[in-house]
Amino acid sequence: MNQQKSTRRKFLEIVLGGGALATLGSILYPVIKFITPPAAAEADPSQLKLDFSRQDLIDEPKKARYFKYGKDLGIILLTGAGELKAMAATCTHLDCTVQHRPDLGIIWCSCHNGKYDLDGKNISGPPPKPLAAYKVKEVGDAIFVSREEA
Amino acid sequence: MPALTDSRIYKWVDERFKINDLVDYLSQKGVPQHRHYIFYYFGGISLFLFIVQVITGILLLMYYRPGADTAYESVQFIVANVSFGWLIRALHSWSANLMVFAVFVHMFSVYFTSAYRKPRELTWLTGMGLLGLALAFGFSGYLLPWNELAFFATRVGTGMAGALPVIGDDILIVMRGGEEVTGATIGRFFGLHVAILPGLFTVLLAAHLVFIQRQGMSEPLGWQNTTAAGRKMEKFFPNFLLKDLLVWLIVLNVLAVLAVFFPDGIGAVHWPLGVKADPFAPPPEVIRPEWYFMFAFQALKLLPAHVGFVEGELFGIMVFGLGGLVWTLVPFLDRKSHTGEINRLFYAFGWLVLAFILVMTVMGYFWE
Repeated sequence: MNQQKSTRRKFLEIVLGGGALATLGSILYPVIKFITPPAAAEADPSQLKLDFSRQDLIDEPKKARYFKYGKDLGIILLTGAGELKAMAATCTHLDCTVQHRPDLGIIWCSCHNGKYDLDGKNISGPPPKPLAAYKVKEVGDAIFVSREEA
Repeated sequence: MPALTDSRIYKWVDERFKINDLVDYLSQKGVPQHRHYIFYYFGGISLFLFIVQVITGILLLMYYRPGADTAYESVQFIVANVSFGWLIRALHSWSANLMVFAVFVHMFSVYFTSAYRKPRELTWLTGMGLLGLALAFGFSGYLLPWNELAFFATRVGTGMAGALPVIGDDILIVMRGGEEVTGATIGRFFGLHVAILPGLFTVLLAAHLVFIQRQGMSEPLGWQNTTAAGRKMEKFFPNFLLKDLLVWLIVLNVLAVLAVFFPDGIGAVHWPLGVKADPFAPPPEVIRPEWYFMFAFQALKLLPAHVGFVEGELFGIMVFGLGGLVWTLVPFLDRKSHTGEINRLFYAFGWLVLAFILVMTVMGYFWE
């Protein structure tokens, strides 16, 4: 008799506890999904025409400019040899924005003194990976950049 | 099952904060059992729906962006792009409407049982304050999606304040943030809706609840004159509390069913996003306020242009103001009910007010 009573109680506790958990779950699930923002609908362009020319880069004291490629930030720079190079501008260490140092001939991240060569290869400091390169094409005055095929 | 008071955590807290007195005090709280017992649930239902409002409101804040160029677009983004965005908006709107309804039931049941009588005058006053804030929440929240419906309802609503003598024009400009309803109005209503009103509401609500805990549940009229055998009490902890929680669970389920199956509302209680507000477009054919403002809207429509030597609109606002004042001050005006006898004058006044509200509301929806 007593045994029966205790299993009955156990059963009710499981039903009640399970019900409470299910209720909580059905409330929390939509809340967690809601606060997760939907993916940005920004298109990833197959190629981008920059709104400045080689002359603008020559006039820049740092011989470089930034551009927005989809939702990513890129940097395009003019090397001492007169070559145009473009790559991702987001440091692979902790997401700072890198800059061109024509005086040192490197790409430099001021946040933690990370250094990359002009091809975007990490050569010194904390960055773990190279910067992804962009293809650069010049047609007359216009400059086009596109993502390099992996 | 071991008692909660035997647990180590309880003892740890009690050693530091001496909560034993408080627990003893609360454990003696009782709920009188009588035929109007069911109305004890409505205050709790209002409280539960307010909690739902706070939670869903905070969630909506994560994506909502006030301003004439962004408000409508961000609400559209919420319902179309954000996961469960349609559900959160539907819950917020349904819960708002159900809360106003529960608050009205709560208020009228307190009124008709004369529960406002001594010693609960201040509970009634804070309750009236909470009602005013709840209506202000509804009015200010209505504008935020910046759609056609919201725009014209807000123009009419703020225009009513502008009809007040002497100070009307100044109030209108402060409410609208200028001569017209514009993006500046959204900014003001937004600040009111998410910062000022919640702050005031929380303070008044805390007072309201502390008063209730301190004084216990109100007893029906003449309760003290009945025999001890007739005064059946139920323990609040845990009996009534568990029933209260069960009612909350039922309300939550009703809310969920309504929000899922009717995310835009039904009939007179609806909030389709519709088209974006355009200040230069003509108003839609039917402009209606929310259902709980309908009786006032309809009554003002019925008034002639002039009553005696005052404007009809102004006359209506003055009558409403006076009625509201009497209603608010009823615990101080009714000097009879605290002796245990019903005050027939105020009882009749209550039915008159209720009948007026019902008739005007029905007329507003069905009478051309």
